[in-house]
Amino acid sequence: MKFLCVECDRQMAFEERQLPGDGTLAAAFRCPQCGRVVAMLTNPMETQLVASLGVKIGGATVSPQPLETIRAAVATGKDDAFVEDGKRETGDAPAWSAEAQERLARVPGFVRGMVKRIYADYARDHGVAEITPAVMDTARSELGLEGM
Amino acid sequence: MPLNFRTYHDLTEPDRSGLAEQIGAQRRRVAERLAVVARVVAVMSGKGGVGKSFVTAHLARALARMGGAVGVLDADLNGPTVPQLLRVPVASCTLHDGVVEPAVSPEGVRCFSMGLLIEDGRPLAFRGPAAESFVWRGALEATALRELLADVAWGPLDVLLVDLPPGMQRFTELAELLPEPPPVVAITIPTPESEDAVRRALHAARDRGAPCLGVIENMAGGPFVGDAGDTLAREFAIPLLARLPFHPSAHEWDRIAHRVGGSA
Ligand SMILES: Nc1ncnc2c1ncn2[C@@H]1O[C@H](COP(=O)(O)OP(=O)(O)O)[C@@H](O)[C@H]1O
Ligand SMILES: [Mg+2]
Repeated sequence: MKFLCVECDRQMAFEERQLPGDGTLAAAFRCPQCGRVVAMLTNPMETQLVASLGVKIGGATVSPQPLETIRAAVATGKDDAFVEDGKRETGDAPAWSAEAQERLARVPGFVRGMVKRIYADYARDHGVAEITPAVMDTARSELGLEGM
Repeated sequence: MPLNFRTYHDLTEPDRSGLAEQIGAQRRRVAERLAVVARVVAVMSGKGGVGKSFVTAHLARALARMGGAVGVLDADLNGPTVPQLLRVPVASCTLHDGVVEPAVSPEGVRCFSMGLLIEDGRPLAFRGPAAESFVWRGALEATALRELLADVAWGPLDVLLVDLPPGMQRFTELAELLPEPPPVVAITIPTPESEDAVRRALHAARDRGAPCLGVIENMAGGPFVGDAGDTLAREFAIPLLARLPFHPSAHEWDRIAHRVGGSA
């Protein structure tokens, strides 16, 4: 979908995305000419439809994780369906605050590994040394990870 | 006065979402993964319970015994049976470097299936708003199929067999995801009802431009009466690859493997 500022006859540009956490999505678009901002608000069904296509409004910001949509969407997955191969880069892995660890522990085992990895990559890319729930919230919105 | 404004295709400025580019990147990932797969063959029938999965699995094992590099993608997301038929050991799937390793059968058949991922005895259920789930469920299943093609480390294969569910929806999705519609092998049982369902499926495949390698009549010589295999082969001018009895011998599977593998 695209947004057109009819008065200026200019295509509006994606500005930012918010995930309130209730299954809905908000994306703001700005007219590059007059600066007017409109927000697109999708209901949970529409949000899910976009997520089901494996695309992200505002652009894909994380490199694709293997079976990303399956792992994010399947509700009846085995907790031990996946193991990460041992020989992986560790090095400058960011720390997790106690609260962030608690929150991560509530994520079903089927997706936990992927969620952990996405937040860790985000923290590394943004020079964040410790992952806290606030960092997780910002990352979720910036990356468009509804439901993770 | 109606407003006069440009519409979707008139707007050509790059936009950050780039949804079309995202879809394009998804397709490229599939094409790259399958670049080392000599061919993808879809096993279909349009009808359930006729032995698609049974034939797919035994055919794959026979091709592997002949020395072929073979994979099976279980595209029956809601009724996965391939891991059991291939007797792959129960284990977690290993992730590394952006891919997931397939399970491997004792004969060396590489396989991936929702059956490896979902809890035993549970249906494939998705997180999401319960109301109007029909709107997104189909999209999610097509995406799951794409991920199983693109994200599994299939490696170089002589053939990747895709075991389809009943109906033709998944075939259509598969044909759209691949650079070309895949050749199909149709499975029927002898009865007129099966013949009817498989006829529709063969027409759907042909309308999509998919070549048909032939038809296999399964469960022949038993309680089922009819000659669906012969009729369909004649009607579509395709080979009747085999009339398979109940519990075919290894020899019979080898013979079909030669015919299907040989036509590569
Ligand atoms: N030729 C055969 N001999 C013995 N059992 C068979 C044969 N073909 C199919 N079956 C069995 O019939 C059942 C249905 O076959 P299946 O492959 O699951 O069908 P489909 O995949 O078409 O729904 C399975 O239990 C399968 O093992
Ligand atoms: Mg089946």
